[in-house]
Amino acid sequence: MIEPLLIDKSKKGRLAYCYPPLDLPRSFDHEFEHLPSHLQREGGARLPEVSELDVVRHFTRLSGMVHGVDNGMYPLGSCTMKYNPKLGEEIAQMAQFTQIHPLQDTSTVQGCLSVMYNLLEDLSSITGMSWGSLQPCAGSHGEYTGLKLIRSYFLKRGDLNRTKVLIPVSAHGTNPASAAVNGFDVVEVASNRKGLVDLDGLKSRLTDEVAALMLTNPNTLGLFEEDILKISEAVHEAGALLYYDGANLNAIMGKARPGDMGFDVLHLNLHKTFSTPHGGGGPGSGPVMVNDLLRPFLPKPDIVLREGGYAFDWDQADSIGKVSMFWGNFLVFLRAYVYILRMGSEGLRAAANHAVLNANYLAKKLKPYYEIPYTGGIMHEFVISVKNYKEQYGVTAEDFAKALIDEGYHPPTVYFPLIVDEALMIEPTESESLENLDAFIDAMIRIAKRAKSDPGSLKKAPISTPVGRLDQVKAVKEARVRY
Amino acid sequence: MIYPYIPHTDEDRAHMLEALGLSSIDQLFEVVGEDLLLEDSVPIAHRRTEDEVQRMIDSIAQRNIRGIPFLGGGCYDHIVPATVKALSSLPSFVTAYTPYQAEMSQGLLQAIFEFQSMICEITSMDIANASLYDGSHAIVEAALLMVNAKRGAKKVLVSETIHPFALKALKTWVLGTEYEIVLVEEKDGITDFSNLAIGDDVGGLIVQSPNRYGFVEDYTGMAELLHERKALFAISSDPLSLAIQKTPGQWGADIAIGDTQSLGLSLAFGGPSCGYMAVKQPLLRRIPGRLVGITADAEGRRGFTLTLQAREQHIKRERATSNICSNQALAALMTTIHLSSLGWNGMVEAARQSYAKAHYLAHHLGHLPGLDVLNAHPFWCEFPIVFHDAKRMRKFLQELRNEGIFAGVRLSALTRKSADELVLLVAVTEKRSREELEMYIAAAQRVMK
Amino acid sequence: MSRILDTLRYSKDHEWVRIEGEKAYVGITDYAQDELGEIVFVELPPIGERYKKDEEISSVESVKAASPIINPIEGVVLEANEDLDGSPELINEDCYANHLYVLGSFSQEDYDSMMDGNEYKTYLASL
Repeated sequence: MIEPLLIDKSKKGRLAYCYPPLDLPRSFDHEFEHLPSHLQREGGARLPEVSELDVVRHFTRLSGMVHGVDNGMYPLGSCTMKYNPKLGEEIAQMAQFTQIHPLQDTSTVQGCLSVMYNLLEDLSSITGMSWGSLQPCAGSHGEYTGLKLIRSYFLKRGDLNRTKVLIPVSAHGTNPASAAVNGFDVVEVASNRKGLVDLDGLKSRLTDEVAALMLTNPNTLGLFEEDILKISEAVHEAGALLYYDGANLNAIMGKARPGDMGFDVLHLNLHKTFSTPHGGGGPGSGPVMVNDLLRPFLPKPDIVLREGGYAFDWDQADSIGKVSMFWGNFLVFLRAYVYILRMGSEGLRAAANHAVLNANYLAKKLKPYYEIPYTGGIMHEFVISVKNYKEQYGVTAEDFAKALIDEGYHPPTVYFPLIVDEALMIEPTESESLENLDAFIDAMIRIAKRAKSDPGSLKKAPISTPVGRLDQVKAVKEARVRY
Repeated sequence: MIYPYIPHTDEDRAHMLEALGLSSIDQLFEVVGEDLLLEDSVPIAHRRTEDEVQRMIDSIAQRNIRGIPFLGGGCYDHIVPATVKALSSLPSFVTAYTPYQAEMSQGLLQAIFEFQSMICEITSMDIANASLYDGSHAIVEAALLMVNAKRGAKKVLVSETIHPFALKALKTWVLGTEYEIVLVEEKDGITDFSNLAIGDDVGGLIVQSPNRYGFVEDYTGMAELLHERKALFAISSDPLSLAIQKTPGQWGADIAIGDTQSLGLSLAFGGPSCGYMAVKQPLLRRIPGRLVGITADAEGRRGFTLTLQAREQHIKRERATSNICSNQALAALMTTIHLSSLGWNGMVEAARQSYAKAHYLAHHLGHLPGLDVLNAHPFWCEFPIVFHDAKRMRKFLQELRNEGIFAGVRLSALTRKSADELVLLVAVTEKRSREELEMYIAAAQRVMK
Repeated sequence: MSRILDTLRYSKDHEWVRIEGEKAYVGITDYAQDELGEIVFVELPPIGERYKKDEEISSVESVKAASPIINPIEGVVLEANEDLDGSPELINEDCYANHLYVLGSFSQEDYDSMMDGNEYKTYLASL
């Protein structure tokens, strides 16, 4: 089934929306013609001319060719594809929020400001940090902001020498990219046999040129960095700071806090941990939280509670300034706030407990069929390697992923982290029931058996989708990225 | 205890723990260590029921006060067809993630492809990405592109008339890097290009039209001048204005940037909105963020996929063109549905009506004593007025507030400069009815007479 | 086993150089093209610019990777191999017959310090 481009259904004169006529004195009908002709647009743009029903059917059909959490299990490792409560959607559509302008007088936006202030308070409690900023619009944007805080901190101290950021080889690619955008040089830190940061290796790299170590904890293998307090001590002894990538906070939410581990700055992903929908790749939200050391550098404006109500405070001399247009993705804050209100302190703990229970259960049940290279202390996710299947039967991680699509699942994250060959990274989240997990395990076992008995069939997967595997080389070479 | 979002029963837990050979979930957390495990819950409130949360949020929402917004400053109250909310709320669009698995994400990929195409059409450019975070982020990414694209480039020229918040975001970006923002000064509200110095270390020039005051700028000859010096030219615009004003492509720009908030997104207290970037063909491999392209499967069926990923952070790591991972997919979808509903004729109608209504209001305010409408330059849907004294300005804002009208954005709220304190930016979109315009005029006449 | 020509000099970044009179031809080695897989794009350097040894000069891209080309000897770019523009796969077909670019006024000293075929072979074995 192929849905044509809407532009190809265009018929001149058809309308899907009709504006009220211009209700001004007739002399204003052609007012726009007063724009000097050399400043006027020449010619039109090709946009669809279709009926309202055409629009509705087009996008409804397109939505039928998308798999979301609402369609089925989505064990995409390190993305925390948990259920997104409908209450959040309902509240995010209230006109009392969607029709509020960001530059209204603060006396008229006390509701919005109270949501932001209280969310920051809760996030501070949950992470064990002093305060934060909600401006960053996504995880990578949070990293960019957090590293900028570190940069500014050292600039303020006159310590211009600290130009390096240490990043484990297992880290997400955004970490080094964010460091580079901030003008840092990236130095990789090796993992030890257990898949954790090699403490001795780390110490040998902690020179007086190092500004920070970026860590995800649990790391991208789903393992808790058990030496975190020693790591923290070593980093701080060397005069550097410790950055926490909150990608995997769901594993310890409400149970342990990055602040207690010695992290100086972190970013969260409200769209992962705090259950706001991923929207097909955004809008998310990547708040940055800091300890007292970095608080003076937070983006402007801060939100404060004064006598008379909530207000924006622009008077922070050492602030790095603004990182987004207005105050951040407010409608995402609202959903995260609703989630925290619903779950409460016990509920957040329960989410972490069950996310970890689910991952361990899956790992245990899959172990007889799949190699799991790192198993010491699995938390909310784990990584399997199908290297042996590739060597013996020629079946790759991609083949396993595509076969899972035909079983009705969104595949796990593949080929990541880079330190595991033919990796599939599985994160079930707390949302999935025992029955769902068992069904997924059965599917994985069926595919493992097929990989041995009929590897060719996996190469042909998926066959249940509107299209089969796509020619990536053709896509890059032809680069047809518009109609 | 049972939570609606956590399906495990006591029996389930017991079964799973038994399979793991454990007696309690706590054992799974032993690796965290006693020093770090909290004994108690974190100090936030206890859980609430759905009904309790609804009531609580209702009372919070009542503390927001709505008015008839003549507010702009980068965020505008335009008409949005009902299709936008209905279709962008379809659950699989809302709850999917990045379409890495193309075969089960064809609908999302196609929608993004249509978005990219529409942005190209509107800006007269060759290639548009799948969206960026917001307009200020798009400007920062454009600057980053400029210093990366030209060997030895360390400086980016930026007009003083771009949105004050976007300028702040640019200044944040250069903090602690080897790059420098060089401001091109304004003269009477328009960028003054007369002293432009384009050295070998200049990567390009960024301007905005309509600019921070609402004025439409004239870029005659700028593209040629910059290209002679191997520098790039970027124009930031409200995309709706491009239905009537000359487009970045028609000015010869290399990069078109901005925010699609005016195309189908609500005010939402400023976010989410949706940044866009479009470039000319030679910059295909320099554009940041996700790109969707057309290809085919083994049977020759047309399909869409993320492409040219070698530019991106998950492959190139510290050598990537940008650190961006995701985009604003759902917001971009809203813009796509909005434009699909409007068509070109609808977009032109919205832009022309905004123009007419803004000029109608400016015309009437222009007759009032005690304030000046600044209209020495052409404008589209937003214009500045300058009050003669602060007291009268306060009274003006207050009186209109009492009528339920938000009269405008104080320029000083954006620039944080006392010199701008008497300037009010007034925005009028096609959504403002004749009645609302007359209310504004009548109230203004009462205050200023 | 990677193909190595005795007539060329090699860098640790897997570029090769061939001198013909006043011109130095630069390309990538068989090992490099094999590591990259099917090449889909070659970025060509700007003509007339001088590049130092070890400076990043362009890049070669496959579907799943992008590799910087590290200029192996100092010189001024005289020409870029335009054939690669439409047919980047030429590098996969014969990486030694299809250079990336040509340098003039190049540094003989830099060239002399590069590995010969045997040394490069030993180097590859050590990776």
